[in-house]
Formats: sequence, structure tokens, C-alpha cells
Amino acid sequence: MTAETTELSLPSRIDTVATAAAAVAEFVSRSGIAEDAAFGIDMAVREAVTNAVVHGNRQDENKTVDVTLKSSPDAVEISVHDQGAGFNPEDVPDPTAEENILKASGRGIFFMRSFMDEVNWLIRPGGGTTVRMLKRR
Amino acid sequence: MAELNINERQAGDVTVLDMAGKITIGEGSVALRSAVRRLLEEGKKRILLNLGNVSYIDSSGIGELVSSYTAINKEAGQLKLLNLTQKLQDLLTITKLLTVFDVYENEADALNSFK
Repeated sequence: MTAETTELSLPSRIDTVATAAAAVAEFVSRSGIAEDAAFGIDMAVREAVTNAVVHGNRQDENKTVDVTLKSSPDAVEISVHDQGAGFNPEDVPDPTAEENILKASGRGIFFMRSFMDEVNWLIRPGGGTTVRMLKRR
Repeated sequence: MAELNINERQAGDVTVLDMAGKITIGEGSVALRSAVRRLLEEGKKRILLNLGNVSYIDSSGIGELVSSYTAINKEAGQLKLLNLTQKLQDLLTITKLLTVFDVYENEADALNSFK
């Protein structure tokens, strides 16, 4: 298994979510990831790109969402970068807490954390947030 | 083809929405919201969502299921779910929503439960 990297730069529109998911599905398929893991990666990528488009770039089409895909013998790593103001992931309430179960939103980060082995955020001082997600083989 | 196709049929006083496609952010979620709001405006408050042909759902779609559930409850109606795929069942389990929704695998059982 050789290392491979793919980079995408996409407009801040809702349909970018499907575009990114299709590109990731193809990348993951080439990487020989198991089907169960591929479903989780797809789910996590859609949530990360949705957050970047909606909350990060606020659908401003002058801003891009940049996705980097890396595959190595040990793992697949996906980074999604937006140009938004950033946020503190620790401030996001637990959607499975009793008081939040019937809320209409707030489950995206929970899904990313549920389906990937590692999820972390880098808030850049000059603006922009990168979420890096790792799925081990 | 639309991202989510919704076919409406009446079974006694229960309205069944047969859904096929994706309930995701954008078109799919909006289609579900519009369908449920329209039914409520028409006074149809007993709604069964047949999700057997829903191939994909994201956090926005799950949020829309929750919004539909709370909107219908507020109108003293009932929303029930039919034919969950394994993946949707898994998502509702990890989000602890499986205990919130009334879920059925058989349409006759689901319809009877409204009585």
C-alpha cells in the first residue's frame, strides 16, 4: 500500500457536501478500506463539510472549503479547512444528554467523533478552522 | 430525480408517507419538513413515515425527524416510523433517539398502534 494524497478546493455551497462525499468515496475505495469503515468515513466527511460550508464559511461563495485526503498503510486521514471565525468544540453540547435529545440540530460533531478514530480541530490565528479526522485500518 | 421522493397515501385516518432517497441537508430535509407541515395544516395529525427506501440520512435529516416529531406532538398528533434500515436504526441508537420514536417493522402493526 503506497501513500497517496488528494486535495480538493470547493465552493461554500450545500451541494459541495455531495461533491466532497463522492470524491472521498472514490478515494476510500481505492484505499481498500472495509465497507463498514467506509460508511463511517462518508458520514463524518459529510458532517465536517456541512459544518465548514454552513457554520464556518456561512455559505459565502467567495470562501472555499479545502479538503485533503491522505492514505497510508496505517490509516486514512481527512482534513477539512474553512475560512470561518472558528469555534471551541468543547462548547458544543452533548446531543445525547437528556435535555438535548429532542433538539433539531447539534449531532454533526457527535457523528464525526462516533465514526472516526481521532477527530481534532486546529483554529488558525489568522482565521479558518481545520478539522482533522483519522480512521485507522 | 429529486433527492427525496415522498408518496402520500391514506390508510384510514393515518397518513402514510413512503419515502425514497436521501434525507440530507438541503433538498431532502426541506422536502420532509414541507410534507409534514402541509399535513399538519390539512389537519392530518396521525402520520406514519415509511423509511424503508431511505438510502441515506445525515445529522440534518435526523434533526428533521426530531423536528417533525415535536411539531406533530405539539398539535396532539402522533408520528411513528416504519421499516428503518439497519444503518438508520444504528444512528438512532447512538443518538438515543430510538427510545423516543415509536418504531415498527410491519405496516399493519404500525397502523393498528394508532387506534
